[in-house]
Amino acid sequence: MMRDEDSRTRFTRRAIMLGGGGLLGFVGLTSRLYQLQILEAKKYQGLSEENQFNFRLLVPSRGKILDHKGRVLASNVENFRILLRPDQVNDLDALLLRLSQVMTLSPEREAQIRKEFTKRAKASTIEIVDHMDWKTFARVNLWLPELPGIQPEAGEVRTYPAGNELAHIIGYVGAVPPDYPNKSEPLLRHQGFRIGRTGMERKFDLALRGKAGALKFEVNAVGRVIRELPDIRTKAKAGKDIKLSVDLELQSVAAKALAGTSGAACVLDLANGEVRALVSTPSFDPNKFAKGISNEDYQALLGDEFNPLFNKAIGGAFPPASCFKPVVAMAAMDAGLADPKERIHCSGKIELGDRVFHCWRRKGHGNVNLNGAIGVSCDIYFYELAKRLGIDRIHDAALKFGFGKLFDLDLGGGSSGLVPTQAWKRARFDLPWAQGETLIAGIGQGYLSATPLQLAIMTARIATGRKIVPTLVHQEGSSVDTIEPLGFSDAALDVAKQGMSSVVNKPWATAYTPNGLDGEGMLWAGKTGTGQVRRISQAERDDIVLKNKDLPWELRDHALFVGFAPLDKPQFAISVVVEHGGGGSSTAAPVARQILRFALQQNEKLVAIQNSKKQTL
Amino acid sequence: MTYLRFDGPETTLTFAAKVARINWFLMLLLVALALIGMVMLYSASGGSFSPYADRHGIRFAVSLVLLLGLALIDIRIWMALAYPIYAVALVLLFGVEFFGATAMGAQRWLDLGPVRLQPSEIMKLALVLGLARYLHGAGEIKKLQSLIIPVFMIGVPFFLILTQPDLGTSILVGAIGVLMVFLAGLSWRVILAGAIASAIGLPLFLRFGLKEYQWRRVQTFLNPESDPLGSGYHILQSKIALGSGGLDGKGFLNGSQSNLNFLPEKQTDFIFTMIGEEFGFLGSIGVLSLFILVTMVGFYIAIKSRSIFGRMVAGGITTMFCLYVLVNVGMVVGLLPVVGVPLPLISYGGTVMLAVMIGFAMVMNVHIHRYSELPIGRSLFL
Repeated sequence: MMRDEDSRTRFTRRAIMLGGGGLLGFVGLTSRLYQLQILEAKKYQGLSEENQFNFRLLVPSRGKILDHKGRVLASNVENFRILLRPDQVNDLDALLLRLSQVMTLSPEREAQIRKEFTKRAKASTIEIVDHMDWKTFARVNLWLPELPGIQPEAGEVRTYPAGNELAHIIGYVGAVPPDYPNKSEPLLRHQGFRIGRTGMERKFDLALRGKAGALKFEVNAVGRVIRELPDIRTKAKAGKDIKLSVDLELQSVAAKALAGTSGAACVLDLANGEVRALVSTPSFDPNKFAKGISNEDYQALLGDEFNPLFNKAIGGAFPPASCFKPVVAMAAMDAGLADPKERIHCSGKIELGDRVFHCWRRKGHGNVNLNGAIGVSCDIYFYELAKRLGIDRIHDAALKFGFGKLFDLDLGGGSSGLVPTQAWKRARFDLPWAQGETLIAGIGQGYLSATPLQLAIMTARIATGRKIVPTLVHQEGSSVDTIEPLGFSDAALDVAKQGMSSVVNKPWATAYTPNGLDGEGMLWAGKTGTGQVRRISQAERDDIVLKNKDLPWELRDHALFVGFAPLDKPQFAISVVVEHGGGGSSTAAPVARQILRFALQQNEKLVAIQNSKKQTL
Repeated sequence: MTYLRFDGPETTLTFAAKVARINWFLMLLLVALALIGMVMLYSASGGSFSPYADRHGIRFAVSLVLLLGLALIDIRIWMALAYPIYAVALVLLFGVEFFGATAMGAQRWLDLGPVRLQPSEIMKLALVLGLARYLHGAGEIKKLQSLIIPVFMIGVPFFLILTQPDLGTSILVGAIGVLMVFLAGLSWRVILAGAIASAIGLPLFLRFGLKEYQWRRVQTFLNPESDPLGSGYHILQSKIALGSGGLDGKGFLNGSQSNLNFLPEKQTDFIFTMIGEEFGFLGSIGVLSLFILVTMVGFYIAIKSRSIFGRMVAGGITTMFCLYVLVNVGMVVGLLPVVGVPLPLISYGGTVMLAVMIGFAMVMNVHIHRYSELPIGRSLFL
């Protein structure tokens, strides 16, 4: 009995110890609950709120980009697509089976989805199909409860109806890059949101973007919407439409005229400096970028030797060659160093020190005056004028025409070209200026370089006598009369214009067009240029200068042409550059003529329409 | 059943005397907890009696009747059946090892036609009975030899359940057994030696003895925020639910976490989070207080029992109950790893409800028979 009592008190002791241990455990739990529910309640209440409500961003419709007549250059098309959320898929086989009963899914596509499913990070989404028709999309939506992990999305995708013809101007939209500023803005973090990455899409991105709306709704753990909270709904505000200065039809004509070449063309409206066409060939399809270009396609674009992604019209710096001669002539006129009546003898070459400088016409032009020198593009005449002027005066004149200054129309990737001076050469090469280099500059060669856009600006300024500045944005009611004068005398302007008129209107000149620009005797003006790429050696000269077509492409001359029309009341200025295209008169001039002619025809129609409107009013 | 003969000093109680000795306070506590369970399950199904609350209620009502029935059976019959029950449970455990149905990567159920048995649940009770029976006969367990049989009685089911694999239950079974031996008066020297041995053995076991998913759970427990949408999801969501409940909760049926399905298994293992979310800190400690009361009553009954068998049974069951609550709530509040232990009487689940109620039937039985003198014998059945 004693033993029994012993064991009993011991059990009681142990039971109390165990019970005490249990109580201690409960105290621990209680203090933990106190911590969670009292001390940290605020924090968890916030997290709970986040769990419970989701804001869905209502993505605004991106503004359209229009040409100066209001024709659509970039717009949006509805895009019904279905996405797969791998993190919500338990059984891919069952899901795909069920999905294939609702919509057709090719075996190849299915295999690709499987591949991506295993490869992808769980948090990302896989696109199953895009650009679905409405009926199929609606059917998938109907069966959605049986398709866990499938997420339908009715979005918009950017479309560029003109395709590659306007790619360099309009640019394209693309995913938000990781280093983009203000990345915290919800719209920028929205999956699939695209911003303007290049061209006008980038320049006007903020205006085009519009304002996002928001929708608050309650969700459960798998993200299924339980209900919408209508009081918090704010509508998205669509982006603004942007009207550009370009002309869709003219651009298309220019692009087609240059098709198959590597080159650029630029047409300026002389009434206000608006860019009516700006072409760079070859081009690319911006629609591919908007949808998300495949790496394969992108590498192909990067690897193309003609550099389709590069906008040569604003970024390509070419020697202006003979197109520069009117500038030299005007500079010499206003410096009092030239007289239109002065004749200079061209024997085909002149000597300067121990160097010989050749005219492009080996047997020479004989005695030529200034007008004739521009018309036949006599090099000797301009060597002489350049020698009289000196490089620094040539430089000062060139700047007035827009050379050496960056004009990129806010597209990015532009070049300012180069107008050398003695100081520049010393700084660049630590060498003194050689007089021979002045002569070369006089015919637009050597260090001198300019973009096709700069050449068009130069031509526009010659044609109008005013400091025309190009713009890609359409402005109603702007006029050339308000633009600052160029700062050259009328006599100088007249010499240049008459010279350029001779080029195309005189039978003896380099780019004669027998029946005028339109084939009905419309007078116009132009200047050819042939940009030398290689140095022609004396040995070759003694023998025979190789014809361009016998040379490899990259060694052929650049073909250039600048012009304006009509001669008496200029409406358009143009520049055309065909990279390694051969002669300016043979390759570039016909292209320029074709484009200019179309521009004028169109303009006449426009003027006629406006006139008839005025009459009816 | 010839072995069911009783001799020696005994008082055979009349039916009326037994009914009079029923501990109505304990009954009240059990009913209160089961009602709380029904309320929470009503909320878990989004304010509906089906599919959880109604069935929970029916199960509780049925097992309450069963409890009373079993409690009134003479304690000596229980004592006589202790070893056979243990043996049957062991056989079932072996059965599950070889013929068990695999569910969610673990063999835990035995499919016996209409009934799906979870032998590990039966084993918890059977172990308490079997160990109590042994300790009753062994008297003093001062000698190390007298520990050999308990080590096997605990060790064999422990490893069988561990290999199912069901880490949580096996640890619970082991802990119940060890604590019962402790209650029986295990000498402090052995306890100290055991503590040292497990301090060395446990880390080794954790590193090499666990299945991949078990090890992941342990890791997740150590740092749940590392994988908020994977294994850490339960713990994190549970903490959010509890924490957002604050002092007095979001109100009945207003637990956004639970009602929006952020909480997985909210009707079973994670039901305590619903209490915390909807009724706040006050609700949580209220429910915990009820559990503490049940535990205290259990130990009181154990202490008051005259027979060693009675003490050990009541002590063992109470220990088991207390461990269930501590482990479940500890897991929900993020103090313990997620091991899959339900909250007794509140969580939805038939087997658990039955096991817990049979357990309390035995506690009640001990209470009713607290004055019974039971013969000390080493024979298998008496």
